[in-house]
Amino acid sequence: MSGMNNQGRPTAAGEASSSSFETYTGNKGLRLEEPLIFELDNPGATGVDLDEPEGYEPKLGAFERKARIGLPGMSEPDVMRHYVRLSRKNYSIDAGLYPLGSCTMKHNPRLNEKMARLPGFADVLPLQPQKTLQGALELMDTLAHWLKELTGMPAVAMSPKAGAHGELCGMMAIRAALVARGEGDKRTRILVPESAHGTNPATAALLQYKVDAIPATADGRVDLAAFKAKLGPDVAAIMLTNPNTCGLFERDIIEIADAVHEAGAYFYCDGANFNAIVGRVRPGDLGVDAMHINLHKTFSTPHGGGGPGAGPVVLSEALAPFAPLPYVVHGADGFRLVETEGEAKADGSHPFGRMVAFHGQMGMFVRAMAYMMSHGSDGLRQVAEDAVLNANYVLASLKDHLSAPFEGPCMHEALFDDRFLKGTGVETLDFAKAMIDEGYHPMTMYFPLVVHGALLIEPTETESKHTLDQFIGTLKHLAQAAKGNDKSRFTGAPHFAPRHRLDETLAARNPVLRWQAETPKQAAE
Amino acid sequence: MRYLPLTQADRREMLGVIGAKSVDDLFRDVPERARRDGFVDLPRRQGELEVERALTKMAAKNVSADSVPFFIGGGAYRHHVPSVVDHLIQRSEFLTSYTPYQPEITQGTLQYLFEFQTQVALLTGMDVANASMYDGSTACAEAVLMAHRVTKRKKAVLSGTLHPHYRAVVENLCEAGGDPVEALAPALPGKTEDIIARIADDTSCVVVQTPTYFGELIDLRAIADAAHAKGALLIAVVPEIVSLGLVTPPGEMGADIVVGEGQSIGNGLNFGGPYVGLFATRTKYVRQMPGRLCGQTVDAEGKRGFVLTLSTREQHIRREKATSNICTNSGLCALAFTIHLSLLGEDGFKRLARINHANAVKLGSALSGVAGVELLNDAFFNEFTIRLPKSATTVVDALADKGVLGGLPASRLIPGNATLDNLLIVASTEINTDQDRADFVAALKEVL
Repeated sequence: MSGMNNQGRPTAAGEASSSSFETYTGNKGLRLEEPLIFELDNPGATGVDLDEPEGYEPKLGAFERKARIGLPGMSEPDVMRHYVRLSRKNYSIDAGLYPLGSCTMKHNPRLNEKMARLPGFADVLPLQPQKTLQGALELMDTLAHWLKELTGMPAVAMSPKAGAHGELCGMMAIRAALVARGEGDKRTRILVPESAHGTNPATAALLQYKVDAIPATADGRVDLAAFKAKLGPDVAAIMLTNPNTCGLFERDIIEIADAVHEAGAYFYCDGANFNAIVGRVRPGDLGVDAMHINLHKTFSTPHGGGGPGAGPVVLSEALAPFAPLPYVVHGADGFRLVETEGEAKADGSHPFGRMVAFHGQMGMFVRAMAYMMSHGSDGLRQVAEDAVLNANYVLASLKDHLSAPFEGPCMHEALFDDRFLKGTGVETLDFAKAMIDEGYHPMTMYFPLVVHGALLIEPTETESKHTLDQFIGTLKHLAQAAKGNDKSRFTGAPHFAPRHRLDETLAARNPVLRWQAETPKQAAE
Repeated sequence: MRYLPLTQADRREMLGVIGAKSVDDLFRDVPERARRDGFVDLPRRQGELEVERALTKMAAKNVSADSVPFFIGGGAYRHHVPSVVDHLIQRSEFLTSYTPYQPEITQGTLQYLFEFQTQVALLTGMDVANASMYDGSTACAEAVLMAHRVTKRKKAVLSGTLHPHYRAVVENLCEAGGDPVEALAPALPGKTEDIIARIADDTSCVVVQTPTYFGELIDLRAIADAAHAKGALLIAVVPEIVSLGLVTPPGEMGADIVVGEGQSIGNGLNFGGPYVGLFATRTKYVRQMPGRLCGQTVDAEGKRGFVLTLSTREQHIRREKATSNICTNSGLCALAFTIHLSLLGEDGFKRLARINHANAVKLGSALSGVAGVELLNDAFFNEFTIRLPKSATTVVDALADKGVLGGLPASRLIPGNATLDNLLIVASTEINTDQDRADFVAALKEVL
C-alpha cells in the first residue's frame, strides 16, 4: 500500500440544502424535461433501414403525394430515449397503489402479455379462411363459456370494443327485442339512477331514448318507491350499476328486476363493478337481461393509458336471439364464425346488426383468458372477497378521520365525502392532489355526483395489507394536516410532480391540439 | 394464488378491524337467494406453466401470417413492426397507467397523444386529429353522427365501395338514432360510381373510402365540391394508412373529416383487434368531434404541459348531451403507432409506402400473367382486385391447402352478389418476398 492516493472518495452526505435554483437543462436530477419529437427532428435520420424498391412502374394514377408531410427524422436510439424519458413522467400500477374508484386498477400479470403475443393469436388476420383460424375461434368460444358461467347468463356478444361500446350493444339488443314485439315506438323512456356513470345516459341518448333520473335514498341506493312510481308502459329499460357507483350492493335488486319485467321492460346492468362479486354472485340470478363486462377491469387486461379496452355483453334468453354479428358456433366441423345476416337467419337468430369491423378485441380476449385460467373458479371468488375486504378495511380505518356518507359494509370501493374538509379551505381537488406529493395517484374525485366532493377509493384485491396500512396512514396524516390549517400544502399541490397544476381553462379557451412549425411555443409565452 | 397478496392471517386481522365475523358478513347486502356458496362450475386455478401450455396449444391451431406466403388485407394489413415498438409499449409506465385525468403525473401519456394527434393531422392533411377511436369502423360511424351535428341534417350517403363491415357499423349506429342511410351498390374497379348524383339538399355527408374495398384509389375532389355545393360534408375513409406515404391525402382533396384504421403502423394483426381508429377534421368543427382530445397549456410555473381538453363534449361531463358515449381511446395502440412512425420518419415512411406499392404492382403483373386472371384496377396502392375464371372462395380454400393465404374473396363480406363471386382482393406489403410471389403464382396456376 505505497504511493497510491489514499484520500478516497468522500462518503459523507454532503451539505444538503432545500434551496431551489434553475438548472441549465431544466431537468432536476431524474425529473427530466423532454421536447416534442418535432423539436427533435434530425432531417435525413431514420430509425428503420429500408431499401429503395426498383423495377416497377407506379400504378398510382393521378394520386401521387408531392408535398413534404412534415414528419421528423430520428434514429432508433433517439426514439428509444425520447419515449423512455416520456414514460418516466407517468404514474403506473406497477409502481404504486392506484386507488381510482370505478376503474379497478389491479395488477396486470405479464403472462397475459406473453400469451397475447403468441403468433397464433397475434399474427392472424381476421379474414383468413376459417379453417386456418380454429384456435382463435376456440379461444373466443372458451372465453365466452367462462363469461357465461361466471354471470349465469345464456349468451354473450363478444365484439364490443369497450365498456361504453358494450352498453350500446346491450341497449341495442333491448331495443331490437322491443321492436320485435311491436313496442319499439311505444317504449321511449330509460330509467337511470342519478349516481350512474356518464356513459349510461349518453348511451341511452344515442338511441334517442329519453333519460329519466331515479333519485337515491339516504343510504345511497335506488329509491324503490320513486323507481316504481316511474315505471310505466313507456319504459324500455332500467340501466343500473350493481354494485352501484357508491360502492354499495343494491339490496332491492331482485325486487327491482321483478318490477321491471312486470312492467314489460328490460334490466340493463352496468357491469363496471363486477370485480366485487365475481364468483360469488351471478347477475343472471339477479334478473339481469344484459350486462357488459369490462375485461380491462375485472379481468385485468391493462388499461394502457386509456385503452384499448374490451366490453363483451352477456345476454338473457330474451335478448340472446338479437345479439350482433359476428358470433362463434361449434359444429361437427369445428368452430364456425357466423359473419353474415344470411347465415344467422339460417341459425334462427335475428342479429340487430354489427358493432364493429371484424370480431372484437382478440388481443384482450387472450389476456383475459390467461387471467381467468390462472385464477380458476376458486381464485376468482377469492378476487371478489379480497377486493371487498380491502375496501372495507380502508373504510373502517378511515371513517373517523375522513367522512363517510354511507354505512358499511361497502363492496369493492370505499366512498368518502368532503364534510371532513369543512372550514379548512381545502377542497376535494386539493386533498386529492396532495396525494401526488405523497407518491400516490389520487382517488377518483367528484364522482359519484350524488355525494358532495366525493372521494372514491378502490384498492382492488392485488394490494397487500402492508401497502394499505401505509396508504391509510398517509390519508390520516393528510386529513390531520388539512384540519390543522396547513392549507398551502394542499392548494399548491402537487409540489413534487413533473408538472404543477395545469391551466385547463387556457387549454379549452385557446385549443392548441397539435404542434405547429411556425409557433412552437405559442401557448407557453 | 400468486396474484393475491393477502394471507389468511392478514384477512383475519383485517376482519377484526372492520368488526366483521367473516367475509360472508361483508356480502350481507346481497339478497340471500342470489348468494352462491360453492365455486362456479369452471376449472380451478393453474400455474403459469399450465396456462402457457394450454394457450400455446390453442394458438398453434391457427395458421399465422408469418408461417406462409401471405396476401390478405381487407382492412387489416400485415406490416413489419420494429422491435423497439413492442419493448416501449410494454414499459410499466405506459402499459399500466390509466386515462391521463391527473395531468401532473401523466405527462408521458399526454405528450405522446399530442404527438400522435399532430402526426395524424399531418398524414391526413387535416388541421386537427383526436387521441384515437376504437378502430376505423367505429371512427367512420362516429364521423357520420358528427356530420349530422354539424349540418343539422340526418341522411348519410355511403359509397358502394366502402368496406362492408364499415358500412354495417354506420348503418347500425344511424339506425339506432332513426337516421336514414343510403348506400350505393358496389361498383367494381374501372367502373364509375355516380355518388355525386345522390347528394341532395337533405344529405348530411357522403362517405367515400380510398383505397376502396377493392383497392382502387378514388379522386375525391369533384365529390368534395359537389357535397359542399349542397351544404354536405365529405367523409374520407382510409383503411390503409401507409397509403398516405405515397398518395395525395384526403385533406388536400377537400375532405371535411378523415377517418382511418391505424393498425398498419405499429400494431399487429391480432385477429381484428385491438386496432386504432384515426379521426381528423377541420379546426372549425373541433367542438363537434367525438373522443378524447389532448391540448397544450401551461402549468402554475408557466412550463409547457398537456391536458385532456374540450371535455365539455364528453359523456362524463355532459351525460345525455355528450357528442358520443365513447369513454376510451386506443391509448396503447396509438402509442405503438406514434413510436413506429417516429422510427420511420419522413423518409422512412415514404419509402415504406413505395415498397408496398412496388410489391403490389409486381404481384399484380405476375398474377395477371396467369391464364384467365384479369387485374381490374386502374390505380391502386398495395391492394387490388383480380377476376378469376372460377369462384374466388373455392380458389382461396384450395390455396390455403397448398400453404398460401392468397387474398380475400370479395363475396365473403358481400354475399349474394353473383358479379362478385369470381373476384379476389389481394394485398401485398413490404413483408412479401420474390419467393412469396413465385409461390403464390405457382399455387394459383395449380388450383385454377
